[in-house]
Amino acid sequence: MRQVQKDCFSMRIRSVGGQIGAEQLKKVYEIAQDYGQGYVHLTSRQGIEIPFIKLEDVETVKSELAKAGLEPGACGPRVRTVTACQGSAICPSGLIDTSALAKELDARYFAKDLPHKFKLAVTGCGNNCLKAEENDLGIKGGMQPVWDKSTCSLCGLCEVICPGKAIIVSKGDKGDKRDGNLVFTQEKCTNCGKCVKSCPVGAWQGKAGFLIYFGGTFGNQIAVGKQILPIIFSQEKLFSVIDATIAFFAKYARPGERFRSTVERVGWELLEKELLEKELLEKELAETVLPEMELAEQK
Amino acid sequence: MHNRDGFVDITDVVCPITFVKAKIAMEEMESGKILEVKMNDGEPIQNVPRSFKDEGHKVIQVVKNEDGTYSVFIEKDGL
Repeated sequence: MRQVQKDCFSMRIRSVGGQIGAEQLKKVYEIAQDYGQGYVHLTSRQGIEIPFIKLEDVETVKSELAKAGLEPGACGPRVRTVTACQGSAICPSGLIDTSALAKELDARYFAKDLPHKFKLAVTGCGNNCLKAEENDLGIKGGMQPVWDKSTCSLCGLCEVICPGKAIIVSKGDKGDKRDGNLVFTQEKCTNCGKCVKSCPVGAWQGKAGFLIYFGGTFGNQIAVGKQILPIIFSQEKLFSVIDATIAFFAKYARPGERFRSTVERVGWELLEKELLEKELLEKELAETVLPEMELAEQK
Repeated sequence: MHNRDGFVDITDVVCPITFVKAKIAMEEMESGKILEVKMNDGEPIQNVPRSFKDEGHKVIQVVKNEDGTYSVFIEKDGL
């Protein structure tokens, strides 16, 4: 980023999911000491910038960064830093491996040229520490719970912790749990997975998946990303949806138009239609290509 | 309401002291005994029972009190 001070740049470093190696951090420290003003700025998207890099030092700083496996970050009309919380690998609340997914997203999409900036984020659960709905495309870990009556003790914990009030536990007429029951309303379920995490007897089991939010912006315009698809369980399907979303943006956006504005202009129905078409196509491809592959393997 | 062998009120403290206070009360109990923990709605009910689960204690019953708090009955080493 060009600074207000003449010929000075705040050097943004490419980061993924807010993680940086200790050795890399040492290099950042050295550059800030030798070429900056001895401090760094932590960006709103989990990155690091080193302010006061002089124009004449930019190339040297880039090569110094490269020695530690670092490179400058992205700005302008392209896919930006992929942000992520620590996810299920570290956090007790996490439902998906956010760090691994962020790395994969970064490898696939980082700095891809588009009509305007495009922000991706991965958050591990409904606590939403990484604010999925603020991004052009945000991914949130979710869970589809399944109840097993035979193991349930009807203790009532899931009922009181369910944010969607999707669970009602009844003890039965005489307070005898053997007469009781549990009613689960799928439509009220937010896929937060809290019932599964909390259940003392493992009567709630769940399958983790991805909830996707489209068209969030949190700058000059404020708009909350919308969830237009049900929970997705396969990572391949997730990437197919993201591919289709980015293709949609590239196809329909006017230059300099943010994804949200494009969707509002051409219609959410069109986005939905194209995503579903893509999904159907994938299914067809899977059906037609797979048997051939099996044949090839047999040969 | 369930029988209990011990009681602790954690409605007068906030995170992270909620679980610390409840944990200390649990440490004074014998294995298999029931501790009643009175806690507030929101973060305590979301987190304290789950933390007990992680430490091997079993939630037996949850009762909603008239004042909006919860009484959670937990069996020591029940898991």
